[in-house]
Amino acid sequence: MMALVTAQRKWITGYLIAVVLIFITYQFLFTWDGLPSGIYDFLRLWLPPSAVNESLVYVICALGLNIVVGYAGLLDLGYVAFWAIGGYCAGWFMSEFFYQVNVHFFGSAKAAAPGIHINFWGVLLIGGLMCALFGILIGGPTLRLKSDYLAIVTLGFGEIIPQIFFNGDNIAGFNLSNGTKGITILDPIPTGVKNIGPFDFGLKFIIFVFLAVLMVFISLRLRKGRLGRAWLAIREDELAASMMGVPLMRTKLAAYAVGAFAGGLGGVAFATHVDGVYAERFNFSISIFLLAMVVLGGMGNVWGVILGALILSWVNSTGLPAFGQTFNDKFGTQVNFPSFTFLLFGLVLIFMMLFKREGLVPESRLRLILHEGDPEEDSTSKKKKRKER
Amino acid sequence: MSKTKKFAGTSGQIRRKRIETSGAVIIGVLLLLWLGVNFIKAPTQFAQVTVLGLRNGLLYALIALGYTLVYGIIELINFAHGDLFMLGALFSSYFITVWFKQKTSNLAGWMVFLLCLIAAMLFCGTINVLIERFAYRRLRRAPKLAPLITAVGVSFLLQFVGIKWNGSTPHQWPTVIPHGESVIFGVIISHVTIILILVAAPLLLLLSFIVNKTKRGKAMRATAQDQDAARLMGINVNKTISFTFAIGGALAGAAGLLYEQSIGTTSYNLGFQLGLIAFTSAVLGGIGNLNGAVLGALLIGIVQGLNDGLPFALGQKWSQTVVFTILILILVLRPAGLLGKVTTEKV
Repeated sequence: MMALVTAQRKWITGYLIAVVLIFITYQFLFTWDGLPSGIYDFLRLWLPPSAVNESLVYVICALGLNIVVGYAGLLDLGYVAFWAIGGYCAGWFMSEFFYQVNVHFFGSAKAAAPGIHINFWGVLLIGGLMCALFGILIGGPTLRLKSDYLAIVTLGFGEIIPQIFFNGDNIAGFNLSNGTKGITILDPIPTGVKNIGPFDFGLKFIIFVFLAVLMVFISLRLRKGRLGRAWLAIREDELAASMMGVPLMRTKLAAYAVGAFAGGLGGVAFATHVDGVYAERFNFSISIFLLAMVVLGGMGNVWGVILGALILSWVNSTGLPAFGQTFNDKFGTQVNFPSFTFLLFGLVLIFMMLFKREGLVPESRLRLILHEGDPEEDSTSKKKKRKER
Repeated sequence: MSKTKKFAGTSGQIRRKRIETSGAVIIGVLLLLWLGVNFIKAPTQFAQVTVLGLRNGLLYALIALGYTLVYGIIELINFAHGDLFMLGALFSSYFITVWFKQKTSNLAGWMVFLLCLIAAMLFCGTINVLIERFAYRRLRRAPKLAPLITAVGVSFLLQFVGIKWNGSTPHQWPTVIPHGESVIFGVIISHVTIILILVAAPLLLLLSFIVNKTKRGKAMRATAQDQDAARLMGINVNKTISFTFAIGGALAGAAGLLYEQSIGTTSYNLGFQLGLIAFTSAVLGGIGNLNGAVLGALLIGIVQGLNDGLPFALGQKWSQTVVFTILILILVLRPAGLLGKVTTEKV
């Protein structure tokens, strides 16, 4: 094994401790009768197990987006499309939705059940590969475009694909996605020992952690290798990179495919998390949430992106509503705190870009590039101010 | 001249040109076929939806100009522009219905309507200038990713204002525009359409006058060409860019008023959908090109109208998909747009 840098080791230990603590809490403490009800209520309000698992799904997707935005420097505003495709893969291949056929492949459902039932791990692979394929299909014709046009095209795809699923209950007479009703009740996750249903939060947590670790591993290994260095080169200077013999299209397509693969994993994981797929969930704000996570954590830095994803998804799903509830109970007000998400995410994007472009946990190389165009006197005047203080 | 063989481009460029032309021909033929079948099947309906589409197209044109002006001068896709339009619509609904309490179409209502046109334009222009001053100006020399992400953030911020102002559900408003309609050659043309044209057309002419004939307009064009050279020629670049944002915002404000008065409904996420459609129009016509933006907007409006209202069409629920497919096709086949000049990117 390669020698880990100390900073990396610190992050890994930190996250590992958090994972063990959370697993013990949900798997053993929550089912233990002797737990004081005060602690139980506190955890239920501030850290419910479903929110933890959801944030892990965001971590998986944010890591994928990080490869596209952080490593290769391509702005993708339609990432939710991959999430949706992954989700529908789970819906199609792990439920009784296609009741006309009866296909079983190491599935966890009863053999008599109609529909396509493929093993969860197989579906993960199918979803990931399907998304990678779509990533290549989308990227193929569009990656030649300038970066800002590319953002718009991805945004367009991010709008089209969910709309296809939304209107998909009747595509020339064929029910592709069950429309607004969505696909419900997926097969449990088979692990060999036990089938994990929708409410086995502790065990599912381990599976999601495994997927996130897989993505971290893929990101770090790719970053070290030839492909990763080519991505960074493109991000920093496309012209120079192509002069040095980096094949631009192929390298960008690879970034798209790997990023999309992660989106597929996240989509399948999210579908098993909510035990269904609903078309109206896949909207533009998810793409922006993911982008905000990557930007907040630090583009290109895996550990920062994980941190950003955990923070923002927790604030969005639990932090704001829980804070609002406590605040309103205490002061007798009726402030609708969850509606402040827009403000919060908007401000995160604006302020991070204005004042700390490299994110909370900056990647040293990126910091240099992002501040390349800054006027010289600006930085010196800041130093002067510091001296005066 | 005729003897020497003209350099047609590298082999890659020639191949690309071939793809472009063949793609354009195929799409054009399919489009004509679709239009022809529908026209023979239902000629009056065809004319009817075309008029409706033109009306929407005019609205899109007002918004698209804001995108194209800003892109033309600082090469930024101003994501927040659609939401600015939404704020304009909210402002006009409050101005007319809540603050001046005009609910029916009479002389007072029309006066307030005109007053509101000026107020909404000032309101949106000011907001747009403030956004530029506090968010985009600092990032003018930063890598492109930074202002783009900032624009997305500003868009979210404006949507938050929209939620707080309008509520999270759509809001119905009474309108002061007369609701009659006249029939010309069997085609129903509502008075709303006529008023829309009467307001929008002078605005477009005024804009064209400002950009092409005045000194300010000359400064704008110079800044768009080369900021540093413009500065050397004594042009106040910051002021010129602010002025451009003010014009773009004012047009969005006018569009907001017209939308609110013709459709009568506002919602906080209105700006996202319409903004994207307007952006598509700007790209279709060639982003940075003012005439192109108007042409593209009218075309998109008509295509959308035809798709929503014709017997052989996908129908309204696929409206967005149709528009975005056009966007993607245009960007892939001819990124410069219909009227844009094809430029090879240097770096």
